[in-house]
Amino acid sequence: MTTRKLGRGVALVGAGMSKFGSFPGKNSRDLFVEAFQEMRASVDKGLDPRDIEALFIGNYSSDLFENQGHTAPIMADWVGLTPRPAVRIEDACASGGAALRQGLLAVASGMYDMVLVGGIEKMTDLPTERVTDTLATAADMVYEIPAGFTFPGFYAAMATAYMAQYGAPLDVFLKVGLKNHDNGALNDKAQFGQRISSIMEARKASAAKKGNPIPTWETEMDFLRDPRANITIAWPMRLYDCSPISDGAAAVLLVSEEIARKFTDAPLYYIGSGQASDAALHDRPTLTSLPSAKLAAQSAYEMAGVKPADIDVVEVHDCFTIAEIIASEDLGFFKSGEGWKAVEEGVTARSGKRPINTSGGLKSKGHPVGASGVGQVLEIWKQLRGQAGERQLPGAPRLGLTHNVGGTGQTTVVNIFERR
Amino acid sequence: MIDNQFTSTAYYQSVAEEKISGTHCKACGALHLPPRPICPRCLSDDVEWVEFGGKGVLKAFTVVYIAPTVMIAAGYGRNNPYVAGIVQLDEGPCISAQILGLDMAHPETIAIGAPLSATFVERGEGEAKKKFLAFQA
Ligand SMILES: [Zn+2]
Repeated sequence: MTTRKLGRGVALVGAGMSKFGSFPGKNSRDLFVEAFQEMRASVDKGLDPRDIEALFIGNYSSDLFENQGHTAPIMADWVGLTPRPAVRIEDACASGGAALRQGLLAVASGMYDMVLVGGIEKMTDLPTERVTDTLATAADMVYEIPAGFTFPGFYAAMATAYMAQYGAPLDVFLKVGLKNHDNGALNDKAQFGQRISSIMEARKASAAKKGNPIPTWETEMDFLRDPRANITIAWPMRLYDCSPISDGAAAVLLVSEEIARKFTDAPLYYIGSGQASDAALHDRPTLTSLPSAKLAAQSAYEMAGVKPADIDVVEVHDCFTIAEIIASEDLGFFKSGEGWKAVEEGVTARSGKRPINTSGGLKSKGHPVGASGVGQVLEIWKQLRGQAGERQLPGAPRLGLTHNVGGTGQTTVVNIFERR
Repeated sequence: MIDNQFTSTAYYQSVAEEKISGTHCKACGALHLPPRPICPRCLSDDVEWVEFGGKGVLKAFTVVYIAPTVMIAAGYGRNNPYVAGIVQLDEGPCISAQILGLDMAHPETIAIGAPLSATFVERGEGEAKKKFLAFQA
């Protein structure tokens, strides 16, 4: 593969996000405004938004979720940035990561010195089965969905292939979710920012209050193994293996490297980006890895001139718990078939040697699909600048990576950022 | 003018006749299911129809409890789950399909590699009624 180079350096100088969650009465533009305002406030030396030259907005399906197409100009208008060009980027759940990459290419090409990259999704207005239907359109509606597959179902099928090939136990998936809730409990933007233990105690208290028999769970794993507390969505994926249905928005500001220090003394440099496409899940040589993720990672590492071991902060696309395990292998942090052991041994915990999803990941933070790829960058922005509060990783992390998957890996985007 | 005959409509017409039709690339020999007008392996468009025998093995599966609306309309859901899976045909290609006859109450006993045979299921009402490829354990 050819190592691709950027035409010029690009820096990240501002980043903001709305809270992720369920917000009746707020649509995607309302949430985008919140993300934009926080982004604006995050620019250390101040920003005149009129200097923004173009907008790249990641959004999966405002058409089906909100009955609204052509969303990019609306976002531009609501933050006062018309008549600047505004384009919507759609690559399913990787729309945000793909929008970042398009913003990168636009600045690196020399066309623009400053662009705004956004990600938006408003999912909670629809009932669950229609959300399921809408997400299904990210797969092949002609040849995959008629089999009865849902998105939890696709990842569940990958989990059965992974368990059969590598001997991973069912419990390991629950441990990924548990870990991500531990992290998300320290993130005030998270939709489900509670530890599993807190959720469990709240359930017991609620049962007592209603005069119902009090469940006998003693540990978090007791709770997660209880089929009444943790219902099966698509075996072996249960409720606490699945990222939630979410509303949210995120926005970041990209500028050419030459002007980065006009905005902050602590910019992040956007040094690597890779993206790859792939066929339907059934048409791939493997079901225990995402070939597009391996290729995207390889391109991003080569462009950045770094190795997996150099990366300090990692946000991966844990739309389902099995996806985090597969991602940790595809990105080269663990050998094939060993990602699950790393979970068992606590290696991917915040205190472990290879922390993954310190933000809480999509599982705990929430997964407003088109916003997620941009939302992941917020964690990199905070961790690399030492602003992650209670969940701050020690050792002044310098390199951060985001891994953002569309569908079951028909698209993967990997982006790498550096603090110098 | 090029008139591509290897369409999804043609594929589903063959399914309606309870046949499994894909393509054979005359340039490199690759087989594809569903049919493909351009061979993704060698990029040749010199392809022809081929019929698959319908025997295969289970590669991956799931037992779906939270169903999409089309499957809810077909009577499935929380209290009546179903299996969706990926099947590798003896000829090589893999396809997604509903799988019948597996022990859904004990999914941990379902073996990857289990032999399966093609069958056909009908879903939808009236004009929208359509046959789909499925497999039987
Ligand atoms: Zn060929």
